[in-house]
Amino acid sequence: MKAELAPRPGSVQEEPVVPPAPNGPSKPVPAGLLPDDHIFVDNVVKRFGDTLVLRGVTMHLKRHQTAVVIGGSGAGKTTLLRMLIALEKPTTGHIWVDGDDIAPLGEVELNRVRQRFGMVFQYAALLDSLTIFENVVFPLREHRKKMSRRDQRTKVLDMLKLLGLEGKEDRMPSELSGGQRKRVGLARALMLEPKILIYDEPTSGLDPITSRMVDDLIEETRDRFQVTSVVISHDMTSTMRIAHQAFLLVRGEVIASGTPDDLAYGDNEAAREFIMASGIAPDRLSRVGDEKQAGDATVKYKAM
Amino acid sequence: MASTLQGRMAPASSAPADAMSASRKSSARAKHLPFSVEREEGRVVLTGELTMRHAGALWRRLSEEVDDASGQRLDLDLSGVTHADGAAVALLVELRAALSGRAIECDLVGGSELLRELVTLYGGERAPTPRPKRVKERGVARFGGGVASVLQAIERWVAFVGSVAAGAAGVVARPRTSNFRSLITLSERAGADGVPIVLLLNFLVGFVMAYQSAGQLELYGANVYVADVVGISVTRELAPLMTAIIMSGRSGAAFAAELGTMKVSEEIDALRTLGLEPVRYLILPRVLALALVAPALTLLGDVIGVAGGAAVGALSLEVTPRAYLAELRTAVFFSDVWTGLVKSVGFGIAIGLIGCQQGFATSGGAAGVGRRTTVTVVTCLFAIVILDTLFTVFFRMLGV
Repeated sequence: MKAELAPRPGSVQEEPVVPPAPNGPSKPVPAGLLPDDHIFVDNVVKRFGDTLVLRGVTMHLKRHQTAVVIGGSGAGKTTLLRMLIALEKPTTGHIWVDGDDIAPLGEVELNRVRQRFGMVFQYAALLDSLTIFENVVFPLREHRKKMSRRDQRTKVLDMLKLLGLEGKEDRMPSELSGGQRKRVGLARALMLEPKILIYDEPTSGLDPITSRMVDDLIEETRDRFQVTSVVISHDMTSTMRIAHQAFLLVRGEVIASGTPDDLAYGDNEAAREFIMASGIAPDRLSRVGDEKQAGDATVKYKAM
Repeated sequence: MASTLQGRMAPASSAPADAMSASRKSSARAKHLPFSVEREEGRVVLTGELTMRHAGALWRRLSEEVDDASGQRLDLDLSGVTHADGAAVALLVELRAALSGRAIECDLVGGSELLRELVTLYGGERAPTPRPKRVKERGVARFGGGVASVLQAIERWVAFVGSVAAGAAGVVARPRTSNFRSLITLSERAGADGVPIVLLLNFLVGFVMAYQSAGQLELYGANVYVADVVGISVTRELAPLMTAIIMSGRSGAAFAAELGTMKVSEEIDALRTLGLEPVRYLILPRVLALALVAPALTLLGDVIGVAGGAAVGALSLEVTPRAYLAELRTAVFFSDVWTGLVKSVGFGIAIGLIGCQQGFATSGGAAGVGRRTTVTVVTCLFAIVILDTLFTVFFRMLGV
């Protein structure tokens, strides 16, 4: 049975739309920006020395949807991710976040922009010398200095409880499993209430059961916190389950984009090939949420 | 690669019986394969299904056919291919590159429209990248390369020191943007934890210094001047140097390893995504900690080094501690001590910067961390000697 997927995102035929004029001074509107674009990657090229890593990538990442960038090793996925969160600057091109071009910003402005993002790293990137509580409270201690210690503690413990990490706050990162570390990374990323969450290879190195739970976590987090999710992955099973939009990156170019169904059943031979090579049968997969039973998500998190 | 594969599959044998047997086995296997490979004039014709499942067999068959190929061109004709997947096409593209390395031009020709798309996707229509030949560099080229790499290293250093200076200026303007809470912990690790080794080594250095000079001094009956020799050399030179060497091995290497591990495990990127500037957050507290701790340790080194000299005086030169101290007061001036302490501040800053820079430059996992740690210690020792020379000349010019 073919899976019921999310509605197809805005097609590329849509006319560029000028956002409603704000009360403050008007800012230039990029050509090609679509009304529900949260991030607009505009013809981005990235070169490291003689190596051309990205060759004019254009992507419209829709607000409150999950976009998955897939591609083989060396396709430029990680470079693209690092540019989305402004850890790298494009050689040419622009990256518009909420209508603001982040490409020309300096480090001080970027530090402010980065607070709009939450980043969940492939191996969680927890600060190994700090406890779980200290890791999660870290962004609050640095950026919410007026918030009382008691409120910070309450917020952290609530988040840990929500993610099924209750009672783990005094543990060290090395004492947790891979899935638990990823959830701690997610808790830390959510502390500043970002509008965009970026996941780097979230299911890499996890067993199939834990991968499935991470998929659920990504979608439940998007739903609960109303964030836009961007996932970098080469896990096609996960992509078919969570993506509203999928972009296939090959040798630094987006060669196919659309819903996962578009890629799996569309005309693009390379996209079909990529999906089939992963050994999955797209019609046997269903989106997260379609197969879910009603119940407490926390119970599922605890199993990870 | 082709010959290697072939060699493994069919060991060379001159016996005709073996050859016939191998040929029969090969044809028997070929009967079960969903594809065929035939060599014709100027081309290799492939027919049937080319899939990952039979990639090994396909590679072996192709290797057999092209192993003895010579001439200018040998195309791979895909007209008869009914089905192909990415793995098989990637393999054909690899074969094309291998032939290109043998100066044989090769194109993937024919095939359905879909197959052509796949060939394009896997780079089968681009010019094959020939494997680079190793060109022996001439002396001038090697010298030029060496100069270029030194200049690049200097450029990186200038950029790094500049970013630290800019970060320091930013911290002066907004002190709360740095992480001075870690200063106490870092100072404890670099300073207090290192006190025993600093005391021991400086005592021994003072002891050895006195012992080495004892014979000469006894010859002239100038035993009491051991206090002058030890006092001046320890305060001006030996205590700052020995303390800096110990700090290079302890703190410089520790900073490189710690920051290097943070770099490879993406912790530094995580800090940046949380809106924290690593220079202010990680580097400045470390450099500042060493700049504060180095003179304190050096001062301890001065005292214990002089005590080492006093021990030799009392044990083998019949110089009482009282006489030793009295002579020390006349020989060692305050300027001897403070020049040593100024040196130690410079050494501390240099060790901190080198350790942090090497940590931030780490890549390549655990091996990279190990490499950077080693480089840190060597670079620190080199920098300490250079700085010591510059300080000595500078103080001499100042007349202190």
